[in-house]
Amino acid sequence: MRPAVGPASGGAWERVQLASARVPFGVKVAAVWLVLIAILAFLGNAAAFDLQWIRDNFRYILGGLRFTMVIAIGGIVLAIVMALLGALARISRSPVAYGVAGFYVSFFRGTPLIVQMFLLYLALPPVGRNLAESYAWLPEGFDQALILDAATAGTIALGLNYGAYMTEIFRAGIQSVAGGQGEAADALGMTYGQKMRKVVLPQAFRVVIPPTGNEFIAMMKDTALVSFLGVTAASAELFRRSQLVGKADFKNLEAYLAVALMYWGLTVLFTFFQARLEARIGRGYDRAHVARATQAQEPH
Amino acid sequence: MSDDVVVRIEGLHKSFGRLEVVKGVDMEVRRGEVVVIFGRSGSGKSTVLRCVNFIEDPTAGTIEVSGIGLTGGYRTRRKREQVRQLRLHVGMVFQQFNLFPNMTVLDNVTCAPRSAGRGTEAEITKRAKDLLDRVGLAEKAGEHPIRLSGGQQQRVAIARALAMEPDVMLFDEPTSALDPELTGEVLSVMRTLSTDLHMTMMVVTHEMGFAREVADRMAFFHEGRILEEGPPSQMISAPAHPETRAFLEAVL
Repeated sequence: MRPAVGPASGGAWERVQLASARVPFGVKVAAVWLVLIAILAFLGNAAAFDLQWIRDNFRYILGGLRFTMVIAIGGIVLAIVMALLGALARISRSPVAYGVAGFYVSFFRGTPLIVQMFLLYLALPPVGRNLAESYAWLPEGFDQALILDAATAGTIALGLNYGAYMTEIFRAGIQSVAGGQGEAADALGMTYGQKMRKVVLPQAFRVVIPPTGNEFIAMMKDTALVSFLGVTAASAELFRRSQLVGKADFKNLEAYLAVALMYWGLTVLFTFFQARLEARIGRGYDRAHVARATQAQEPH
Repeated sequence: MSDDVVVRIEGLHKSFGRLEVVKGVDMEVRRGEVVVIFGRSGSGKSTVLRCVNFIEDPTAGTIEVSGIGLTGGYRTRRKREQVRQLRLHVGMVFQQFNLFPNMTVLDNVTCAPRSAGRGTEAEITKRAKDLLDRVGLAEKAGEHPIRLSGGQQQRVAIARALAMEPDVMLFDEPTSALDPELTGEVLSVMRTLSTDLHMTMMVVTHEMGFAREVADRMAFFHEGRILEEGPPSQMISAPAHPETRAFLEAVL
């Protein structure tokens, strides 16, 4: 406040603003969150929200977590492998590698993930069957080889799809490593493989960790799509389980809200781990990076 | 006599797109010789140096290092391996140091010999520590490069290049990125390479004091060619060409 104006010129609203200025920003934000949660709780109550039902079914739905995580981790591992291969192909001078990678990225970014899942799950088996009929030299049992169970098809589709997006992330990461680094490795007589493994990729790795973490978090949520492939009740992931019990008991609101909170919790948890990992990787050799990593991560 | 030649450059041309930067350079560097290359920016001096170990691919001409003679052009698998073999004989120090930030100082020095399988782990580490001792940085072995000053980083870069026991060392403006008070420590390390190790060196630099003291020969580059060359006494005190004279007046 400028003393020349003085408190006398301020009305009630001004006094509120002055009082508000003393409250830390974070506290105010927390208050906003509490209000929002209170409103949602009121709406839930108005919709005759059945908390007891959630208590009864929570464990069953949460039991899907291990399948969700297996699919997500399998998917991200495949995606990282695909993205690494794709990125190396995209920077290579080989027209074959470049062409194959370009085709792969274009197809998997150009079609919906759910379509890719169904292609792998339902379209591949007849391919295997017809090939086995047409070509007798194919090994015994080839007609069964392309039949994937829903979780496998879903995991592969997620991995291929995310791998296509992450190819660009990895390519940018590799190209962000200063050209002088590659030149220094070349000048020391390292082979291409040694240069990549010891010099370029470790530095690129640091750059791609944050976006890869974001992709993993996004993928955890996209595992819900696997439920459309019709997973059996016993081995269903989170979303499938919530659907099954919610529909059976006519408790859709409770079931979907419960599963939404589970996904949300997972996301918050992994965002936290990602920030820690990022700070850890940056430690020791890049001051600016450490400073950046310790800043709060944006909610996903 | 010709057995004594470590680097032979013949008819070197280098173009970037339509721009011809090096327009026919011939040069021989004998064992133990220190050649200082100087000239205006854009005169092609760095490009020639970078062509010696094929960091730049020559457009035309032959480079011969320690008996391995190669031309530029399309790189087959076999050709790439030949280039790599040539590079094993050449150490290079860059203007921007280019140390590997993901490794400790010691790992920077051991990295290449280890990749090339030069001896046992103990031998490689021992030699790396000796080299760090030589450049006066033995106590920094465990640090990451980011924690070192520019002068210290450049000395590590020299040790890293020496670890491959090259026949010739290329210095591409090794002190240009350094604060003035840090150039001395790098130049004095380079001086000891010549006096103690009789290292063959090609040095692109404008440090005329260093050139006068250490160089056996100086070559003045102008518009992609060697305009004149000779011993430092003659080149610095009595340059033949007006271009050389004008340049020296500007830097001295």
